Amino acid sequence: MNRTWNNKAWFMVLPVLALVAFSAVIPLMTVVNYSVQDTFGNNVFFWVGTEWFEEVLHSDRFWAAMGRNLAFSAIILAIEVPLGIFIALNMPRKGWGVPVCLVLMALPLLIPFNVVGTIWQVFGRIDIGLLGRGLYILGVDYNYVRDPVDAWVTIILMDVWHWTSLVVLLSYAGLVSIPDAYYQAARIDGASRWAVFRYIQLPKMNRVLLIAILLRFMDSFMIYTEPFVVTGGGPGNTTTFLSIDLVKLAIGEFNLGEAAAMSIIYFLVILAMSWVFYTVMTNYGTEKR
Amino acid sequence: MARLRLKDIRHSYMPNPATDADYALKRVDHVFEDGGAYALLGPSGCGKTTLLNILSGLLRPSEGEVHFDTLDVTGLPTEARNIAQVFQFPVVYDTMTVYDNLAFPLRNRRVPEDVVDRRVREILAMIGLEERAKRRAQGLTADDKQKISLGRGLARPDVSAILFDEPLTVIDPHLKWALRTQLKDLHRRFGHTMIYVTHDQTEALTFADTVVVMYEGEIVQIGTPEELFERPRHTFVGYFIGSPGMNLLPARIDGNTAQLGGQSVALPGAPRRLSGERIELGIRPEFVRLGREGMPVSVSKVEDIGRRKIIHANLEGEAIAAIVEEDGEIPAEPRVIFDPAHLNLYADSWRVELEGGR
Repeated sequence: MNRTWNNKAWFMVLPVLALVAFSAVIPLMTVVNYSVQDTFGNNVFFWVGTEWFEEVLHSDRFWAAMGRNLAFSAIILAIEVPLGIFIALNMPRKGWGVPVCLVLMALPLLIPFNVVGTIWQVFGRIDIGLLGRGLYILGVDYNYVRDPVDAWVTIILMDVWHWTSLVVLLSYAGLVSIPDAYYQAARIDGASRWAVFRYIQLPKMNRVLLIAILLRFMDSFMIYTEPFVVTGGGPGNTTTFLSIDLVKLAIGEFNLGEAAAMSIIYFLVILAMSWVFYTVMTNYGTEKR
Repeated sequence: MARLRLKDIRHSYMPNPATDADYALKRVDHVFEDGGAYALLGPSGCGKTTLLNILSGLLRPSEGEVHFDTLDVTGLPTEARNIAQVFQFPVVYDTMTVYDNLAFPLRNRRVPEDVVDRRVREILAMIGLEERAKRRAQGLTADDKQKISLGRGLARPDVSAILFDEPLTVIDPHLKWALRTQLKDLHRRFGHTMIYVTHDQTEALTFADTVVVMYEGEIVQIGTPEELFERPRHTFVGYFIGSPGMNLLPARIDGNTAQLGGQSVALPGAPRRLSGERIELGIRPEFVRLGREGMPVSVSKVEDIGRRKIIHANLEGEAIAAIVEEDGEIPAEPRVIFDPAHLNLYADSWRVELEGGR
């Protein structure tokens, strides 16, 4: 076989390579750089090997934050995915209701994160907030500043309000792509409402649901702005997630080495979990052969 | 199994239909007898599928009633009608195995599992998918998927009728023949009322005892394949059935002769009633004799279709087709004769009976 090798092609990818290097690889390498060294100022660095990583992995504070992150992601996925599918199933398929619903659904997604945080921070306040004051008047003992459970409920409600729309819109897109013939065949076959959902709608939504779950998992696992604005990680450390802890460590305590090691571990965890989700969900269909 | 009656059905997809043109089905009043094998034949958009969906209850007609035997089912949903329907494009439940797909309509109706098993095995053998029974339906070819759709339609033994909506469109030609024969066989064995929608005349003529030809939302003729060929009631039937379709020549009628331009053709009898503006003489290409006698024509094209030849010619300024045997010669000065036993006369597209004729 005669193949022409043209090495000039490499020059074509050079601009992209340079761009990616400056935007991703080089910043990442500085983090790696910090994670294996220690400094006492004056730009003098000492090689410390994996000490920072060991310290992070043996720190109770890290594992507590990790636990809170996992719990938070699990809770919001368990609420947002079924709720999103449920809303999508009940949205109109034609007529004037479609654009109205779509716009209403898209609205929360358009609001900047810190504004969402501020909205809920005010909404929940027991002195002036509609929710907080309302509950206070009804005699419910609600105070997200003092009570950890109330703080969690507020943050979860806020996330559900902010992000369920994403699951709804993706599920809806999956649903409207199902040809009418499937529903007609199901009626001929005498399928129940549940069977239609289980054997037609759910399998056809498989792909978009995978994307929805991945996006929601990654996003919720990296959550920072909203809880920072609402609770600032409190009361105590009860809503201090990994990202908030990381910022405290890096900027509050200026512990760059440990913070760098922590970011790398944090990044690898997200990468690994996403890979697991993806593999499990794409193989779900083929495994049962 | 049941006798299906359509009583003065009209259907429009518009909310406020005004004229006849707004109706997808203009007026259909028809009975499908119990145990009959029917084909609904017509071009795309003539209302075949609409009619089928009204029978199965997927559509509610704008006007009229649907009766299964003595029961008025117009208001009943599909699920309550005990009817099976197979669609044009394959519908399979991706996550289920082939076996579960076929069992689905039975299990939904709480049929005991041993009956389900017996029935599904029978269907699997019929559609030739026994080896793939335990495979998931997802990765199958379009052919196999459509076989599953067909199988699901046939799974329930007690249905009032089985409706087929162009079910063989996606199937390979060589398989089409086999499956159609199987359907016909099945009809003989179980005697279900079967209604088969198609726009392919071969399919309709080989499957059905009775062919219902539809055109622009109306039934134009109901008859055996032979009747449709010999005595088309409407020029559309003449044109749609047969290949090539019937020759239609504008004519003037004078007693029992028809004038075609400068030529005259003797009719077997005078027309009984002749009203209408457009009078046409219809003759199938099979009954046009090409020879040295008769009306002079000029040949424009000869198509060889294997064992026969189609001659395209010009008679008094009108295009006409004739079929001759493969070894039939075309004379230097060709002339044509129409077989008088197969002449049909049309007034405004509808057939006119001839005195003393058939």
